[in-house]
Amino acid sequence: MRMLAGLAAWIARTLAVILVIASVNFALVHAAPGDPAQVIAGQSGASDETLLRQLRAEYGLDKPYAVQLATYLGRVLRLDLGYSYRQQRPVLGLVLERLPATLLLTGTAFALALGFGILLGTLSGVRAGRWSDTLIGLVALVLYAMPVFWLGLMLVLVFSVQLEWLPAFGYRSVGATFSPLGQVGDVLAHLVLPALSLAAVYLAVYARLMRTAIVEVAAQDYVKTARAKGLTRGRVIRDHMIRNAILPVVTVAGMQAGALVGGSVVVETVFAWPGLGRLVFEALSQRDYPVLLGLFLVMSVLVILINMLTDLLARLIDPRIAASARAA
Amino acid sequence: MSEPVLSITDLSVSLPAGADRAQAVSGVSLTVAANEIVCLVGESGSGKSMIAHTILGLLPPGVAVAGGAVTLCGRDVAAASEAELRAIRGRDAAMIFQEPLSALNPLKRAGEQIAEAIRVQAPATPRAVVAARVGALIEAVGLPDPARIRDSFPFALSGGQRQRVMIAIAMANNPALLVADEPTTALDVTTQAQILALIRRLQGERRMGVLLITHDFGVVAEVADRVVVMRDGRVVEQGSAEAVLTAPRDPYTRALVAAVPHAGRRPARAAPAARPPLLEIETLSKTFTLRQGWFRPPRQVVAADALSLTLAPGETVAVVGESGSGKSTLGQMILRLAEPDSGRIIFDGQDLLALRGEALRAERRRIQIVFQDPFAALNPRQRVGDAIARGPMAYGAPKDRAMAEARALLDRVGLKAGAADRFPHEFSGGQRQRICIARALALKPRILVADEAVSALDVSVQARVLDLLAELRAEYNLAMLFITHDLRIAARIADRVAVMQRGRIVEAGPAETLFAAPAHAYTRGLIAAIPGRRLFGGLGEAPVPEALTA
Repeated sequence: MRMLAGLAAWIARTLAVILVIASVNFALVHAAPGDPAQVIAGQSGASDETLLRQLRAEYGLDKPYAVQLATYLGRVLRLDLGYSYRQQRPVLGLVLERLPATLLLTGTAFALALGFGILLGTLSGVRAGRWSDTLIGLVALVLYAMPVFWLGLMLVLVFSVQLEWLPAFGYRSVGATFSPLGQVGDVLAHLVLPALSLAAVYLAVYARLMRTAIVEVAAQDYVKTARAKGLTRGRVIRDHMIRNAILPVVTVAGMQAGALVGGSVVVETVFAWPGLGRLVFEALSQRDYPVLLGLFLVMSVLVILINMLTDLLARLIDPRIAASARAA
Repeated sequence: MSEPVLSITDLSVSLPAGADRAQAVSGVSLTVAANEIVCLVGESGSGKSMIAHTILGLLPPGVAVAGGAVTLCGRDVAAASEAELRAIRGRDAAMIFQEPLSALNPLKRAGEQIAEAIRVQAPATPRAVVAARVGALIEAVGLPDPARIRDSFPFALSGGQRQRVMIAIAMANNPALLVADEPTTALDVTTQAQILALIRRLQGERRMGVLLITHDFGVVAEVADRVVVMRDGRVVEQGSAEAVLTAPRDPYTRALVAAVPHAGRRPARAAPAARPPLLEIETLSKTFTLRQGWFRPPRQVVAADALSLTLAPGETVAVVGESGSGKSTLGQMILRLAEPDSGRIIFDGQDLLALRGEALRAERRRIQIVFQDPFAALNPRQRVGDAIARGPMAYGAPKDRAMAEARALLDRVGLKAGAADRFPHEFSGGQRQRICIARALALKPRILVADEAVSALDVSVQARVLDLLAELRAEYNLAMLFITHDLRIAARIADRVAVMQRGRIVEAGPAETLFAAPAHAYTRGLIAAIPGRRLFGGLGEAPVPEALTA
């Protein structure tokens, strides 16, 4: 019962958040100069007042603002994200078509950043003050300071142009035919460089965070208790330090997930990766407002979902969080 | 006599360059035989904890053995490799620490943490055998409901229960030596008595040697067979517990023993003339409601349940209780730092709880507080003089006058000239607490709330700060509300005592009668649990006067 009530509450809250986000997005897009009628009219090369009025009546743009917003929110709740006049297609279809590529890219980058960040941070933390710590810190600083697009271009230069190991752009090889397994391999090969570029900054951040957390945990009494039991250094680190140190990293990672989706705009553009990020870029340059609105919404939902996953993960790691949320 | 379990010969431990002295421990020799409890006593910085850590090879980075030998079960630990040390840890010698709250891994179940200690020495032990031994250990340390304790995370256990789990971990491999580093310092007095009894019982059953490190001669009187007293890294005196406690030879030991607060040492003081109370607390109640997230019933903790108390000018009332009794919340409500749910606080004839805004601000200066932790209570980036002068300046005093008064106050609380221009980190704990007292007095309060104000200090420092407070009380005609968990301190400083338990005052009365003839069972239990009561005499009984000269 408790679980169900909690779930219902979560769904209610999430819906409320989504509606607020949708309203804000709507207001933002409508604050921009010009309206869709002008865009469509502009495209067809005509700009006479009667056509504009006709178009506005057709799309309900002449109705009061509140009515337009209510109509929009009603459609959002029915999963109708509108129609792209530019592409002559429903927005939902466009977005769903691009979603898997973005999920694959950001998911891989996130896993890479978190995995290597925690690994490097731990190595650095347990060797605090020694040369390997300094080296890892230096690498992290370089990764952190490098602009994403520049790193992407450099990776392309080295691994695609010079070494010819990996494809430079796109999602899969054009014109080639593969076995099913070969297709997976092809996509993975295309994935490596964009995922690395996107992961770099976050990897650096997580490594720094993890190092700090490890150094802090190392001074805790329970680490001394573990050593006093006669455990080896490796087991003290693995069983007692990492899990305690990981929590702040997971918390920050959850909060940054939104930035990761945003960061994919640049990477997807550099690598011609056919995901949501590139769609945002295209829609922006074409003033395709329905598509933009739909993309903002989907990205918000993605961020909410990632936050939920982070919460669950934090609960799995730390029993105290679950307990403080549960009635004693 | 059989070979000692532990024998330390001429041990020196060096500190990293830049520490306040070159060696934490210099030329220390001591032994612990099987089946005896040796107490290593000293104040903070005496090096006693360093010796404990040396025995298990757990010295912090930068600190190293500089000379001498530490022979544990016939093997020199000081010269052992890390691998050899690992084999020794837990098997020959086990260790428990001061803070049971932080000594257990918060993310592992208690049972797992005990099982780990078994498995590290015998990795091949079958699961069922390990589980059975964990159960037996949990029972051996006197924990109720072993199945529940085994599956509990540390946060779900009380401080005393966690310390018992720590002891179970230490006992897992039947060590020849148990090193206990201030094992009861962080615990309530009744829990402390139980844990000391447990250590005593396990030691007898297993014929273990125990090296118990403490700063409290009460604890020494309770459990020690032999005593080693340390000061500044050197042994100043050692001998049988009886000899050291009843006839200490060294002046420092004499001073330490004398500094153990007991009622007999109370400076004689005329009872304050009956005057109308300065502060009247009437049926004050406060319940904390902890929200548990959406759609879940909130948890309620009663911190104050119809508390009534009065405080006359120049009077000291001690509020005594264990952790969670609500004694600190009471202090905070008087300062209007926490708002009571109901009840009245009448201060100097006006309703304190009705005050708002500027009227409240004007009254705030007249009730000041000194906190427990002198390290956290001072802004580390603010000069001491500023910290004291800021208060009066906030009430409109010109800067130069406030600074002049701050210097005079610092002089009054016993700090050297020039203290005003220095930063808090340049002072010791006791000196910082004097600064905090000066800061509180700068506002010329009528009431001083001292919330565990001497609990974090060494006994000799404690005695001097208490003396200072007693003097200042007379000089400034202060009314003091002295919140403490330590009945010995309450007995020493208070005119009247109120004993709190779970948000209620279970007993209140003049200090002499309350300690001589406690009426409530809880008060009797608290008094019975005071360590070393037999040796130092019950509170209110014949005094053991010995001037503190240190």
